[in-house]
Amino acid sequence: MPRYRRHLIPLALLGLGLITACGGPFPQSTLAPTSDFGVEIDRLFTGIFWWAVGVFVVVEGLLLFSILRFRHREGAPVPAQHHGHTTLEIAWTLAPAVILVFIAVPTVRSIFTTSGAPPEGALRVEVIGHQWWWEYRYPELGLVTANELHIPVGRTVVVDITSTDVIHSWWTPKLGGKRDAVPGRQNRIMFRPDSIGEYMGQCVEYCGASHANMRLRTFVDSDSGFAAWVAAQRLQPAPPAAGSTEAAGQQAFQKYGCIGCHTVAGFSAGQLGPNLTHVGSRTTIAGASMMNTEQHLREWIGNPPGMKPGSLMPDMHVSAADLPALIAYLQSLK
Amino acid sequence: MSEATGLKSWLTTTDHKRIGKLYFWTAFVFFLIGGLEALLIRGQLAQPDGTLVSADTYNQLFTMHGTTMVFLALMPLAAAFFNFIVPLQIGARDVAFPRLNAFSYWVFLLGGLFMNASWLLPHHPAPDGGWFGYATLTERQFSTGPNIDFWLLGLQILGIASLAAGFNFIVTILNLRAPGMKMMRLPVFSWMTLVTSFLMITAFPVITVALVFLMFDRVFGTHFYLPQAGGDPLLWQHLFWLFGHPEVYILILPAMGVVSEVLPTFSRKPLFGYTVVVYSGVLIGFMGWGVWSHHMFSVGLGPIADSVFALTTMLIAIPTGVKIFNWLATLWGGQLRLTTAMCFALGFIALFTIGGLSGVTHASPPADLQQTDTYYVVAHFHYVLFGGTMMGLFAGMYYWWPKMTGRLLSERLGLLHFWLMFIGMNLTFFPMHFLGLLGMPRRIYTYSHDLGVDSMNLLSSIGAVVLGLGMIVFVINMWRTRRHGATAGPNPWGGATLEWSIPSPPPVHNFDVIPTVTSRLPLWDAPPKPEPPAGHIHVPGGSWWPMVAAVGLPVMALAPLTHTVWIVFVGAAILLYGIYRWAYEPFEV
Amino acid sequence: MSHAAHPAPTHYTSMGLDSRKMGFWAFIGSECLLFGSLISTYLVYQGRSVSGPTPSEILNIPVTSISTFDLLMSSLWMVLALAAVQRGDMKWAKVWLLGVAIGGAIFIGFQVYEFSSFVREGLTLRTNLFGATFFVLTGTHGAHVTVGVLWMLTLWYRAVRGKLGPENAMTVEIAGLYWHFVDVIWIVIFTLVYLLHK
Repeated sequence: MPRYRRHLIPLALLGLGLITACGGPFPQSTLAPTSDFGVEIDRLFTGIFWWAVGVFVVVEGLLLFSILRFRHREGAPVPAQHHGHTTLEIAWTLAPAVILVFIAVPTVRSIFTTSGAPPEGALRVEVIGHQWWWEYRYPELGLVTANELHIPVGRTVVVDITSTDVIHSWWTPKLGGKRDAVPGRQNRIMFRPDSIGEYMGQCVEYCGASHANMRLRTFVDSDSGFAAWVAAQRLQPAPPAAGSTEAAGQQAFQKYGCIGCHTVAGFSAGQLGPNLTHVGSRTTIAGASMMNTEQHLREWIGNPPGMKPGSLMPDMHVSAADLPALIAYLQSLK
Repeated sequence: MSEATGLKSWLTTTDHKRIGKLYFWTAFVFFLIGGLEALLIRGQLAQPDGTLVSADTYNQLFTMHGTTMVFLALMPLAAAFFNFIVPLQIGARDVAFPRLNAFSYWVFLLGGLFMNASWLLPHHPAPDGGWFGYATLTERQFSTGPNIDFWLLGLQILGIASLAAGFNFIVTILNLRAPGMKMMRLPVFSWMTLVTSFLMITAFPVITVALVFLMFDRVFGTHFYLPQAGGDPLLWQHLFWLFGHPEVYILILPAMGVVSEVLPTFSRKPLFGYTVVVYSGVLIGFMGWGVWSHHMFSVGLGPIADSVFALTTMLIAIPTGVKIFNWLATLWGGQLRLTTAMCFALGFIALFTIGGLSGVTHASPPADLQQTDTYYVVAHFHYVLFGGTMMGLFAGMYYWWPKMTGRLLSERLGLLHFWLMFIGMNLTFFPMHFLGLLGMPRRIYTYSHDLGVDSMNLLSSIGAVVLGLGMIVFVINMWRTRRHGATAGPNPWGGATLEWSIPSPPPVHNFDVIPTVTSRLPLWDAPPKPEPPAGHIHVPGGSWWPMVAAVGLPVMALAPLTHTVWIVFVGAAILLYGIYRWAYEPFEV
Repeated sequence: MSHAAHPAPTHYTSMGLDSRKMGFWAFIGSECLLFGSLISTYLVYQGRSVSGPTPSEILNIPVTSISTFDLLMSSLWMVLALAAVQRGDMKWAKVWLLGVAIGGAIFIGFQVYEFSSFVREGLTLRTNLFGATFFVLTGTHGAHVTVGVLWMLTLWYRAVRGKLGPENAMTVEIAGLYWHFVDVIWIVIFTLVYLLHK
């Protein structure tokens, strides 16, 4: 191994570091938490990380030193034949054990702090995983929505997670750890968001063809913003004016069987797909996998399995004449 | 005594060396297939919104990449060395049950072909439920096609091969050691083979039961994993990981054994702390049974179970760390010869350490809630299974190649192979740590530019290409060694264990005279005396019946696949007839 | 997996044990995990069925006690068969080996009767979790007994043809190990499933 090659590894690592620093912003980073839960995990991880770095430096340092220092030279005598050393063995059994104590104690402490009883006045949300979208229910507020969760800043949210079909996992990385949505079971996480904003997340348990498209958004609103959102969600959408494009769209919604799967409060009561009562007010559609624009709505309704492989929503063959009205109707559901 | 040649001699062989070679080449081809699947995965992910393959194909690719690498590449590559090397290391003429050994190989081959046959059918219904096959996704209701059937039947067949091999090597190592080869004189590779064999015979029954339940759910409409009838999808996870974590040690312990052979040879020093290294391996084997739920921290087991499994998982880091320190102490003060085998062994220490340390970060359940099912975990276990197991197995290939073939692989090409592997490996998998921490989940066929991870994914895909180049160099090296490799002689590396006391490649009967062992390092401590010329030494004859019996298994598996009951009886008849003829044919060991 | 017609291998064996016997003990260890997983699943799912029939409604303990007794007796005959082979008394060896096979076949007959009467009474694999776990557990055991019966018949057949003698006592001893193991597993199943049902 010629000498110059030895510099390749540090150079490669340096390059890696540089490229890593590029890119971004990272909307799903676990390293910039904005909730008590996320901060707790981050602190724990950082502690373990530096212990790991210490061990890494010692082990790789000894390895590199040995490789550089103890090279075979022609004609050198056979090296001393050491078979072992009891004190050394005890030492390097105890050393990792001691380090592990420093990792285990905060770990167990964190496990219990993050799984205690919810504080007074916490907001409860039920999350139900479906192939491939999220249903959100606010039992205390009587609201049902999909894919986009709204929560108030500074108030602990208790998220109860389950699934109706296969196992999913609900994760908004900046707000803390994930929990699996297991059919027949209810899992809980709690967190108190500390910053207003829009957070990206997605399903992290492989759940079939469109696992990659099962995304989500979590909106942390100000108190007044959240109150306004709740008030808007409670309103039933006004029936479209007779003769309007939206009214034609509503008829199309019925004609193409959309009502069989989707609820629009005051008009339809389908249960299989997401509740669309306020779909016009959402920023995304199709499991939060695309932005809620006219263009995307046209593509999505025109060919659901093409946009989201395996989609349980079939192509209903909406005619070119009916499609603009249907889209206008959906967009009117604010 | 001349060796028989020709196709029949290979189909009926019961010689552990030939079976070892069959294992090696079969597993190597599966390794290339699994690697090709990995390249397609990295091709798809090289940029956001990739369109190289469809979502369905991608899901098949990552499922089959994982399944292939674990069951059809890494395990059988280790088995190739169990077969070829262990009897030589312990001074035996063959394994304890030569025909059972042939049976293991044929079952392995047929199981692998059975599972991969799914690629060749119309619409290629290859398995697509992940290598971990979590219920309820794998139930008929959510996976209607034959994809999962291929997977669960193929795994049941392969499990039988592993079980048979496990019984065989336990008895071989315990019972066929040369006179004077006490357990504490056993080479570490043979020791780790023994521990691995015990893990195989205890872990595989558990996954067999899990797969039988799944098969009954899918074929007969039972509800083992379906919550609507009171079943629990987590039962699958418990059974799978109760098997799955010992399986991790089935994959890594043989590589640790190889490294424990290679480092002393090329340092010209005995393994430091032999006893401690052996007992650490045994301890890891035992402790591997108590940590399975650390794969399930996000399923909500409750704080007490999470704490217990966190602690057991952290404890297992201690014997692992002890092994690493003993390897470092073996190097210390030695005379290091940086041959390709040695470079791979050193690479093993460097990379496995990284995998072990990232493992400690997700032994902590709260931290794991941010890491599990992300690319951080993909990085972790590729450092363990590629940086660890594969580097160890490559070390074994370069180390024992001359013993297996009589010729040395080119060191020049070998070092090029090593550096391409080492650099490619880090380029591919190191960025994945960041990908995971920055929120990229596993098993997604597409990702959005908005995640900000385009450049790191591209880098990782470039690394995969470098790994592919490395494998091409290795294949060229093996190919040209057939004609141009230097003749090895019995002991090209100056090794200390018994396999180096006999010619390369070894004669059919291995040892002219079974050696008497007086030391842990017989060739260093007591140079071999010239052996008297061989008289007539009986070697096992061939037999067709292990292969015939093995054919019965995939035939039986066709029944649930085609929903045709009578096929079971045809397959069972072939299996039982094969076993009957095998049991009562004249055959001398 | 043994080679009956030939004496034990002339290998030096490090543990002084016959390799086939050692391998078979490893096999039994492995089988313990197989049945352990099945039995654990049965116990974990006990009482979780969302519909009947329940074990107490359907299990017929007196009838199964008879088949259990039959299986226990066949173990005794197995002991006698091995003793006969070892002392070279092939006449009685044939009698006892056939006796073991018939005892096993009777047990299988009882199981067929039990399974078909359960199906008539409305318990199938699909009915509920009890049905699924019960049939898979006892069915796996029944399959083991069936293999044992076939094994005994081949030994008996070889004895009839004059190909089994004291020199093959180890083959019979291993078959006996298998038979006793299957018997012991049944005692565990009978106790946990039939006697201690909830």
